[in-house]
Amino acid sequence: MPSAAAVLLARAQFALTVGFHIVLPAFSIGLASYLAVLEVLWLLTGRQVYRDVYQYWLKAFAITFGMGVVSGVVMSYEFGTNWARFADKAGPVVGPLMGYEVLTAFFLEAGFLGIMLFGRERVSRGIYCFATLIVAGGTLFSAFWILAVNSWMQTPQGYAVTPDGRFEPVDWWLVIFNPSFPYRLVHMVIASFLSVAFVVGAVGAWHMRRDLQNQAARLMFSMAMWMAVVVAPLQLLAGDQHGLNTLEYQPAKVAALEGDWESRPGQPLILFGMPNMDAERTDWAVEIPHLGALVLTHTWNGAIKGLKDFPPQDRPYSPVVFWAFRIMVGLGLLMAAVGVWAAWLRVRNRLYTSVWLRRAVLLLAPSGFIALLAGWTVTEVGRQPFTVYGLLRTSDSASPIDTPGVAASLAAFVVVYAIVFGAGFFFLFRVLRRPPTIGEPGPPSGVPVRSAGITPAPALRRQP
Amino acid sequence: MTWLPVIWAGVIAFAVLAYVLLDGFDLGVGILFAAERREEDRDVMVNSVVPVWDGNETWLVLGGGGLFAVFPLAYAVIMPALYPAIIAMLLSLVFRGVGFEFRFSAATTRGRIWWDRAICVGSALAAFCQGLILGGLLEGIRVQDRVYAGGWWDWLTPFTLLCGAALVIGYALQGACWLVWRCEGALQLRARQQARVLAVTTLVLIVVVSLWTPLLHPRFSERWFTWPNIALTSPVPILVALVGWLLWRGLSRGHHATPLLCAQAWFVLCYAGLGISLWPLIVPPDITIWDAAAPPASQRFLLIGALILVPIILAYTGFAYWVFRGKVRPGMHTY
Ligand code: HDD
Ligand code: HEM
Ligand code: HEM
Repeated sequence: MPSAAAVLLARAQFALTVGFHIVLPAFSIGLASYLAVLEVLWLLTGRQVYRDVYQYWLKAFAITFGMGVVSGVVMSYEFGTNWARFADKAGPVVGPLMGYEVLTAFFLEAGFLGIMLFGRERVSRGIYCFATLIVAGGTLFSAFWILAVNSWMQTPQGYAVTPDGRFEPVDWWLVIFNPSFPYRLVHMVIASFLSVAFVVGAVGAWHMRRDLQNQAARLMFSMAMWMAVVVAPLQLLAGDQHGLNTLEYQPAKVAALEGDWESRPGQPLILFGMPNMDAERTDWAVEIPHLGALVLTHTWNGAIKGLKDFPPQDRPYSPVVFWAFRIMVGLGLLMAAVGVWAAWLRVRNRLYTSVWLRRAVLLLAPSGFIALLAGWTVTEVGRQPFTVYGLLRTSDSASPIDTPGVAASLAAFVVVYAIVFGAGFFFLFRVLRRPPTIGEPGPPSGVPVRSAGITPAPALRRQP
Repeated sequence: MTWLPVIWAGVIAFAVLAYVLLDGFDLGVGILFAAERREEDRDVMVNSVVPVWDGNETWLVLGGGGLFAVFPLAYAVIMPALYPAIIAMLLSLVFRGVGFEFRFSAATTRGRIWWDRAICVGSALAAFCQGLILGGLLEGIRVQDRVYAGGWWDWLTPFTLLCGAALVIGYALQGACWLVWRCEGALQLRARQQARVLAVTTLVLIVVVSLWTPLLHPRFSERWFTWPNIALTSPVPILVALVGWLLWRGLSRGHHATPLLCAQAWFVLCYAGLGISLWPLIVPPDITIWDAAAPPASQRFLLIGALILVPIILAYTGFAYWVFRGKVRPGMHTY
């Protein structure tokens, strides 16, 4: 039996590694789709600017994708190293889903990524475009399977439990399409698109600051603002629906994210405050009467369960969940507001000239990723103290590795991730600091497709 | 006795073999960075693998993921038993993987050299750790109540260290042979010379590891050295010798592709030897593939996908290699 400290360290390690891993794939999911859209638009219209923006973002994509892959390889072994008892018990159910992720998504991405990054002058236009679409599709398949896994851990169904406490699949359809999965998938994919949209928009805004006529920068900015006005409100809707679903299946999580201790009719909405686990109340609460009931039950006098309705050992740690939730929702509202503002300016023909809009978008550049991490914190910390909700406790999931071992590996992860991903983000910034240019460097398009692979490509050094 | 775990053992063994053959040469190329000073030649070396390394590494994910899905007990005892080696391998692969992308982004030669070192050390350490893992597994893992019951340092023995060294040298040989195939000029010439030295060293290590392994458990030696088994097992060493001769001939006569094929054949043979020793164990000394198997429902569900998708994967992976065929020259592969 590992000690409580070892379990805590293992959780910290998981949070660290998955925290990095989720940001990078979210970048890949959003950017791969964006690149696919640009490539298709270029093929359809032949306008150079689409090609320029594509080449510009392809460099960023290569950097983040590489980091996403290596951080993912770590994840796939971490279930065994740190969560061996979870792996033994839940492996038969979640393992095959991850197996399908490898077979349908990872190989697809890896097989066509090389062509996407280096193959422009080696394959026909059609195949090249196909490769970008495949890579984008692969990232979405990834999200599909891994979110099925995570959602099953949140709202398990379609399983049986053996006498010695292991899970066995009974109905795969029920396992995959478990109650929270559709909501989580929609919410996560939209989150990736939004996160990338705000980064793209901010990069456009940054380069427009220097040169308002830079067509590529204007295109980025404009496309991002379309995303903001269309998708950010959708995300609010999806989040609301997701919350209702959570209320149905994980009421303790909702109580923790609302900071509600008592169940009362006409539940108020606590805007701010500090949940206090020991005193069993939320200190300094600022409340709006009846709003909680309106949002969560869509009735005026509805009541939802409070944390006191759950035994103390089954309560998630509310302060983290409470504040993470507010960060996510606050940023979501800001993004939607910026989207509406940009649409209004667009109608008045001032989209590209408003300095204040540009500043706001620059400020919100990391907002998507922060909201994403906050959202996952709500989800994962709100599931505690279980790994498989209601069935398998986190303390019964850990490996028989004691504190020194987990502490040492955690320290190694912190050091390595700091160096490697620190450098990665530095390179990313450097690539994005350079303004997009007309005829963005990349493989020259005039070169004939090589048939035998023996004509040397023109020597072409990467621009620093 | 049911047949599902047998098929699955085959599929996972295939995934791990594919990993060893494919990532083997790109880790080997990374290891050979240690001996390559010229920046231009390093560029060529990296460019020869950069379009494919990600796909190669994915076989490792399939091996581990497959184990998790189909033999969860094996996954759950191997990973904690070899904890430090696994973590070190993963972190080494992190350095190696990002090094490929980052060395292009580094603005100065000085910066690039640091990422080259990351590739080199990362590749060597990853290979070494994989050898440790293999050795540790062969030596056996203590298990009680489905949980690892051994100590911190069980995996650290002379045998595992030897396996680590063997894998580093073996991968380096694969890397050198890959360069012989994909490069030309002075770089190819040097790779050819390195391959000769590495081939001899690899052979010595193969012999030592092969003689040592049967001594680990009585059942291993029974498998190899008793009649009538010996009639079935003796072709393995004979084929190793034959392949060694072909490899040497290929290197001496200036063939391009034979050396790589022969080096890979060596790996296949050693791998077959492992299979002979282990079968039907998945975790020595006593967990068999049937003990470790997930319920049939799990195995069947994933098997349908594997049988349909693995051939498709092999087809498009082949296509990706085909697209990037031909000799690699300076200045290629930029995006
Ligand atoms: C750009 C990112 C982003 C934005 C703007 C929002 N979310 Fe979100 N949210 C996520 C990104 C995210 C996420 C990271 O993708 C999560 C974590 C797990 C999941 O499925 O989605 C998430 C989880 C999550 C959960 C937890 C569900 C559970 O664990 O059962 C709820 C209740 C909401 N969200 C609700 C909202 C609401 C009401 C929002 C609108 C204001 C909102 N989210 C905006
Ligand atoms: C703990 C759970 C997770 C594990 C074990 C895991 C595993 C992995 C692995 C092994 C890779 C590398 C694949 C390769 O070799 O090419 C990877 C990449 C990827 N993962 Fe994860 N992953 C997890 C969580 C997630 C989540 C939550 C998402 C998204 C919703 C996601 C989306 C992706 C995507 C899109 C990639 C492609 C690489 C990239 O885009 O950078 N993963 N993951
Ligand atoms: C990808 C975004 C994810 C993030 C940001 C995230 C975040 C976290 C955090 C913060 C913890 C620690 C919980 C705590 O300290 O209370 C955790 C634990 C965990 N998560 Fe996630 N998670 C993500 C996705 C996943 C997925 C996709 C899976 C499953 C496939 C998963 C499985 C786990 C497990 C097994 C633990 C350890 C046990 C626990 O402490 O709950 N997570 N995660």
